[in-house]
Amino acid sequence: MLERALSGSAAYKRLLGGLFILMGLGFAAYLTQWEHGLMITGMGRDVSWGLYISQFTFLVGVAASAVMVVLPYYIHDVKAFGRITILGEFLAIASVIMCVTFVLVDLGKPMRVLNVLLYPTFNSMLFWDVVVLNGYLLLNIFIGWNVLEAERKGTHYKKWVKTLIYISIPWAVSIHTVTAFLIAGLPAREYWLTAIMAARFLASAFCSGPALLILLALIVRKYTKFDAGQEAINKLLTIVTYAMLISVFFVILEVFTAFYSNIPGHMTALKYLFVGVDGKHALVPFMWMFVILAIAGVALLLHPNVRKNEKLLIAACCCVFFSMYLDKGVGLIIGGFIPNMYGQIHQYVPTLPELMIVAGVWATGFFVLTVLYKIAVSVKEEVRG
Amino acid sequence: MDTSRRDFLKIGGLCALGLSSVEVAEAFAKSQASKYLTNPKAGAAKRWAMAIDVKKCWKAEKKECKDCILACDWAHNVPDIPVKRQEVKWLWNEKYENAFPDQESELEPVEVKEKPFLVLCNQCAHAPCVRVCPTQATFKNDQGITMMDMHRCIGCRYCMAACPYGARSFNWRDPRPYITKINPDYPTRDRGVVEKCDFCVERLAVGKIPACVEACKSKALIFGDLDDPNSDLRKALASRYSIRRKPELGTMPGVYYLM
Repeated sequence: MLERALSGSAAYKRLLGGLFILMGLGFAAYLTQWEHGLMITGMGRDVSWGLYISQFTFLVGVAASAVMVVLPYYIHDVKAFGRITILGEFLAIASVIMCVTFVLVDLGKPMRVLNVLLYPTFNSMLFWDVVVLNGYLLLNIFIGWNVLEAERKGTHYKKWVKTLIYISIPWAVSIHTVTAFLIAGLPAREYWLTAIMAARFLASAFCSGPALLILLALIVRKYTKFDAGQEAINKLLTIVTYAMLISVFFVILEVFTAFYSNIPGHMTALKYLFVGVDGKHALVPFMWMFVILAIAGVALLLHPNVRKNEKLLIAACCCVFFSMYLDKGVGLIIGGFIPNMYGQIHQYVPTLPELMIVAGVWATGFFVLTVLYKIAVSVKEEVRG
Repeated sequence: MDTSRRDFLKIGGLCALGLSSVEVAEAFAKSQASKYLTNPKAGAAKRWAMAIDVKKCWKAEKKECKDCILACDWAHNVPDIPVKRQEVKWLWNEKYENAFPDQESELEPVEVKEKPFLVLCNQCAHAPCVRVCPTQATFKNDQGITMMDMHRCIGCRYCMAACPYGARSFNWRDPRPYITKINPDYPTRDRGVVEKCDFCVERLAVGKIPACVEACKSKALIFGDLDDPNSDLRKALASRYSIRRKPELGTMPGVYYLM
């Protein structure tokens, strides 16, 4: 089926070309990092994880796009999701590839990464994250590919694929839970030390992933003959609405616990993120942007016309996706490192090469996604004749 | 059964590979059986720990004494990195409010507020860094020291996120050009790995005490076995009030501050 990715319209080739240029720029920046080490980033002994790891935690959430269509379709027999599942699974593949790449570019010794498998360490959450993420990647590749191939041949997929599908559902929950445990179990990181971290990860994943999936389904519908169906989009939107409300609720819970208990350690990170501490407030604009987008997103999602008016729908999904990006892809990880272990505020500002690498990895993800969607859409168009 | 020549050769090749791997495995097993000999002079303890007599330390500090820090930096080839946020530190000074955050009343004696507190790896009994390391590159040895295998470390910096004391340093750049005077008896590091104080495990192995303890002329650093009730360390802890950094986290730090 891969050959379908090789031919396409001029627009398809231009898109791939554009992404390829971004990938090239990112790769060039990575070569600088390879040559000089992570000194070229804005990270340091206080903020020792930066944009790379925060992109990773956010994208683990986007990978949830798959389970939110697979679960209703295969367990609750929601027929409307029949056509969109492949888009969800392929988005999950692209997201997990980005996740793994972001972890790789963050390593000081990437050539030693296989030490994680050579010396498996069961008490390390990072070891488990490597296991569940790669497992999820393989599951989605096998499932997506086999289901699509069966569709092309006009047959039913094999029985063992169904088993994999059932496994993939709890597996999806595991990738968010383990990634949340990665940061939620560290004794002195008070911003992360919260029992609802895994729940927050799941809630934000279940709105940001499907929101992006809706946007992608709309793009596919506009530029190709493949329509995922308005019913599927509407149903997904209901999921996005509930997950978004729960996400916002969880953020309010964190703020209440920190400020009502009045424990300094729990308040400082939130204060730094939303108002700044000691005149240092690099993340304040981003966090208020998150608040504005989240409120706008909720308002749009609850608007009675959002299912009828495509412009409203697009705006709602964009608000949800970008608000969750700012909360999880920017504030959550960096906020965990500020203040440092000495009660000092040392800020983090990413460097240009660091941003180029980030853009390059995103471009890689979207390159993979474009190719996979091209294959899926070609097969669907062929089958329908 | 229909066996083609090609299949026969394939199976034959696999069998040969399998048989030869037995030899290799045996060779490895033999080499692992050999015993390492411990230096008879090596120090022995169930759990090495340290107490810092801050009063004695401050007396010497009047003369701007930095003997312990200089000794440590030289002994371990600790580089002097010009970019502050990417510094490598093993043993250094912090103010009370930073060494013991959220504990200050702001009404402490001026001396406590202004004078330095030495900070280093706490060699925790329940070390979060060891718990999180995905490759066991950081691990506890049988004498309670939290060790680093710099050849195994993948540089993920999970241990830095986990350490409640900010005691770990990552080599953001190649440290070698920034070492002022190289000590040939201790390895320098490559960029991309994490390092920290290891209580001079290489000196303990040959019966010496840690470089900082040896360098301190005012005898402010007391080093010994925390599990031995007769050690100087335990006697000091029994006779003076001491505090530890962030004891509420359950890490059981092995560095005590005698007040």
